[in-house]
Amino acid sequence: MTEKNAAIEVRELTRRFGSFTAVDRVSFSVRRGEVFGFLGPNGAGKTTTIRMLTGLLRPTSGEGWVAGLEVGRQSAAIRERIGYMSQRFSLYADLTVDENIELFAGLYGVTGELLASRRRWVLAMAGIEGQGGRLAGELPLGWKQRLALGCAVLHEPPILFLDEPTSGVDPVARRAFWDLIDGLAAGGTTVLVSTHYMEEAENCHRLALMNRGRLIALDSPTALRALLDLPILEVATDDAPRAVEALKGVDGVVEAAMFGRALHVLVEDAAGGRAAVAAALAGRGRRVDAIREVPPSLEDVFVALVRREGGVVAG
Amino acid sequence: MMRLDAVRLWAVARKEWLQLRRDPRSMALAFLLPVLMLVLFGYAITWDIRDLRLGLVDHDGTQSSRALADAFEASGFFRIVERLEQPRDADGLLDRGQLAAVLVIPPGFARDLAAGRRAPVQLLLDGADANTATIAQSYADAIVARYSLDVVLQGRRLVLPVQPEVRIWYNPTLESRHMIVPGLIAVIMSIIAAMLTSLTIAREWERGTMEQLAATPVHRLELILGKLLPYLLIGLFDVAMTTVLGMLIFGVPLRGDVLQLAAATTLFLTGALGLGIFISAMFRSQLLAMQAAMVATYLPALILSGFIFEISGMPAVLRAVTYVVPARYFIGVTRGIFLKAAGFEALWVHGVSMIIFATVGLALATLSFRKEIAR
Repeated sequence: MTEKNAAIEVRELTRRFGSFTAVDRVSFSVRRGEVFGFLGPNGAGKTTTIRMLTGLLRPTSGEGWVAGLEVGRQSAAIRERIGYMSQRFSLYADLTVDENIELFAGLYGVTGELLASRRRWVLAMAGIEGQGGRLAGELPLGWKQRLALGCAVLHEPPILFLDEPTSGVDPVARRAFWDLIDGLAAGGTTVLVSTHYMEEAENCHRLALMNRGRLIALDSPTALRALLDLPILEVATDDAPRAVEALKGVDGVVEAAMFGRALHVLVEDAAGGRAAVAAALAGRGRRVDAIREVPPSLEDVFVALVRREGGVVAG
Repeated sequence: MMRLDAVRLWAVARKEWLQLRRDPRSMALAFLLPVLMLVLFGYAITWDIRDLRLGLVDHDGTQSSRALADAFEASGFFRIVERLEQPRDADGLLDRGQLAAVLVIPPGFARDLAAGRRAPVQLLLDGADANTATIAQSYADAIVARYSLDVVLQGRRLVLPVQPEVRIWYNPTLESRHMIVPGLIAVIMSIIAAMLTSLTIAREWERGTMEQLAATPVHRLELILGKLLPYLLIGLFDVAMTTVLGMLIFGVPLRGDVLQLAAATTLFLTGALGLGIFISAMFRSQLLAMQAAMVATYLPALILSGFIFEISGMPAVLRAVTYVVPARYFIGVTRGIFLKAAGFEALWVHGVSMIIFATVGLALATLSFRKEIAR
């Protein structure tokens, strides 16, 4: 695949702020119509990468192409062909829904008949028909975010950048938002989306795992999970943080990490590990409610990959 | 290269206007503050002395002496509040500050006048306020001089004495408000313009909307001009409003061409608004930008523009600084147009300065504004 027919092509892209390297020699390629995810904790370099690709930040070194246009050189032309939704809600709270739509339509050169039909489309898509006269700031967050998405695709851009678009909204609204993303992708739009929600990442065709500015793995969610060839035990206990401490250096235990209120323990084999974990926790006076083997989640993969690289998870 | 897109520019201008309309703070700044400043400054800053309390000792008691006393009253500078028997009676009143001056007309005043002799009168002044005393003295001199002239013209004297004839041009009644109000309009607009726009870019950075704007195809010049347009209209409206109020409240004449005033104002506002945008883009914080705009415009416009202090009376260093204070030129323009009906020949230096200021303001605004998130 060359940069000519890829929607986004990035080679050795790097951004430094002083002595801090926010994005470190990242390379990847996104196919047309693909939903491509950036997964990683805060500070992993997801936002910085997206800002470089959208022309908001100049790369320190490396090169990239968006829609066949060179990043950092052809920013103006790139901006005509992309939609972008930043991390914070960034529509105008003191403008009405209609006024926001009209503003971005004007900025993207969408006028006349086209504006009328796109306005209807956005209101329907965001599920806010009849709310055009309300101030955007008064809408519930989930509606705001769907409206922001609508404003970002008013001009029907071939490529869409979404930077943690669902942060702060409830799971139902998040699900509704992802249905919209899927719909856009089905219509041929290339979507690059960053998130730190693991369950959201499952919706992506391919995922780039990022940690501390580095791209540590890139594949489909299924293939990424297959990278983890050791069994995982989920342990329910009375005090997870102390249990993590108790399992350090225990024979047969590769790694233990918090997982919600429970513990995920990577072990060398399932049966031996189960016994070793139970013994170690009992020896430290921890109560063990349940131990069961679970299929690896993306978070397990992420943690294991970071450890394999000898690093720590940022954030 | 780039070409300005009218649709995008209009979209920005409309959005800016809508936001402005919904922000009470900006509306107050735009429409209330100029009126408030005009009225407060207009009344507070005055170098005129009116209605000085005058005591009168008229030992002559003739038609001529009464005519002189009337001339003092008619001038508006003095008001006769006490009629005294003799100058000694004035002592206590002057001491207690109940009188600012006492006019003593000696006996034989009318007779001396009729005979063509010098007819001295005496003015006792409260010298505690030396400034007021000096001004009162000069007013009295002028009144007496005019009275003498009237006497001469009425043919009561055969010999024309040599009289100093003081003529004050452009401001014949020596009303300092006539000088103050046009200057004040310039000062007010310097401050308002920079303060209004100092918020506009910083607000977008603070609220995160700039990032969204920056990712659209809008060019920074379209953004700057689009943001400037509503404020320019407001600024022009403010100047019109303060001009009309200045004429109605303070009776300031507008002798010159309104179109020239509008043209000069447009240029000046473009520069001042651009300066505000420059400050806003530099600080990216509404509070800092507002304060910086105040410091950058308020003090220079008030102190270094020639509004209050004569530039020719400043030390050389400060005099040099005044050349880069745009309000200096704008004050020159407003005073010139209001009071002298000065045309292009007289104002072209100021006009060229305005054009330079407008260009520099716009250039600073455009160059300082980066669509990039980090610098």
